[in-house]
Amino acid sequence: MRNVVMLAVPVVMAGAAHAGTLELTVEIPKLNVAEYHRPYVAIWIEDASGKVAANLSVWYDIKLKDQEGEKWLKDIRQWWRRTGRELNLPVDGVSSPTKPPGKNTVKFDTGAGPIATLPAGEYKIIVEASREVGGKELVEIPFKWAPGAEATGTASGKAELGAVTLKLTK
Amino acid sequence: MKNLAKKLIIAAAVASLTAGAAHAHRAWILPSATVVSGDNAWVTIDGAVSNNLFFPDHRPMQIESISITAPDGTPVKPANATVGQYRTTFDLQLLQKGTYRIAQANSGLNASWKEGAETKRWRGTMDEYVAQGIDKKPGVELTLSSRRVETFVTNGAPSALKPTGKGLELIAVTHPNDLYSGEEITFKLVDGGKPAANVEVTLIQGGDRYRAEAGELVLKSAADGTIKLTLENAGMYWLEAEARGTASMEGKTVNSMSTYVAVLEVLPG
Repeated sequence: MRNVVMLAVPVVMAGAAHAGTLELTVEIPKLNVAEYHRPYVAIWIEDASGKVAANLSVWYDIKLKDQEGEKWLKDIRQWWRRTGRELNLPVDGVSSPTKPPGKNTVKFDTGAGPIATLPAGEYKIIVEASREVGGKELVEIPFKWAPGAEATGTASGKAELGAVTLKLTK
Repeated sequence: MKNLAKKLIIAAAVASLTAGAAHAHRAWILPSATVVSGDNAWVTIDGAVSNNLFFPDHRPMQIESISITAPDGTPVKPANATVGQYRTTFDLQLLQKGTYRIAQANSGLNASWKEGAETKRWRGTMDEYVAQGIDKKPGVELTLSSRRVETFVTNGAPSALKPTGKGLELIAVTHPNDLYSGEEITFKLVDGGKPAANVEVTLIQGGDRYRAEAGELVLKSAADGTIKLTLENAGMYWLEAEARGTASMEGKTVNSMSTYVAVLEVLPG
């Protein structure tokens, strides 16, 4: 019941300052390799039981002819196993182009979409990267969620991902 | 010189006898990938009988005997099929979402009886067995042998696999395209649709050519046919099981010998 009320709030307030933001900065390292392709990256929220609670983003070659980019999505292996293989791609608001090396910041409205319906509790935000002719890496940041909660967290990858920073604001 | 040649021939004969015991020829169907995504998904598949896994070095698998079943149960024809010296190769486009089964299944009757000191062997169908008077041979033993060699490929999410009810087969409690290192895998063996208890199951990871010991894992199925295992190493595995029992054939009870082989990929968990 409470979820329904929460969902209704952003509509009524029409995007007023009340809706919080989940901001995630994902650093993609600049690599000195002979053949470089930007990594495919998936971002999702996992609940305490390990289930996917919210599918936030998947960065891949969405503009290739005949959806050729989807052929490699199974290589974002944990994401593919947990949620990707069940999706009908592309997914609006989730599918997004690959990002260049450097810091890439993405923001999600916590008052709308999949985050708004999350029950309060312990979660992890997971970032998984898989690079063509490169490696794979998964970075996770635990956080506590409740409506209106504020949190920060950081974790770092070793090879395919740099620093990942989470900022949850009211 | 002549003596040396003779000695070499004898040595070779002895070696081939012992090699025959240690190096059973292994049949396998190996897909280039077991998990695929996208709207234009293809895999290329090799079928062979070899000593080492999965290096073709003996015989190609006969293409006519390979069947492909789509997730909806319809048959699919192999594309670009070639039968080479050591392997058969073909492609498969996965137009449907779900799990494809690629299998070679065959069965036949074997009879054996004694004529004096000599053991006679015969192979054929039930009709031939009666027509040729094999059933009248003194002390004849009739065995129904069946063999299934298969693998699985999934496009998107795995779908349920329908048991055939014939011979020895594996019921996927854990889906064969959902296997991960370090996680418990549960399979169930059934023979003619009934739980196959106490059946020896052997698993060997591919790449045994590079290992002094194959490192095979030998398990026995429980009373309900269940086997549980956890594999620490991701990779492509060859699973073989053989069950002996009895089968009913046209009102007759005959001995049965049933072999099951699957190539399974275990992904990093």
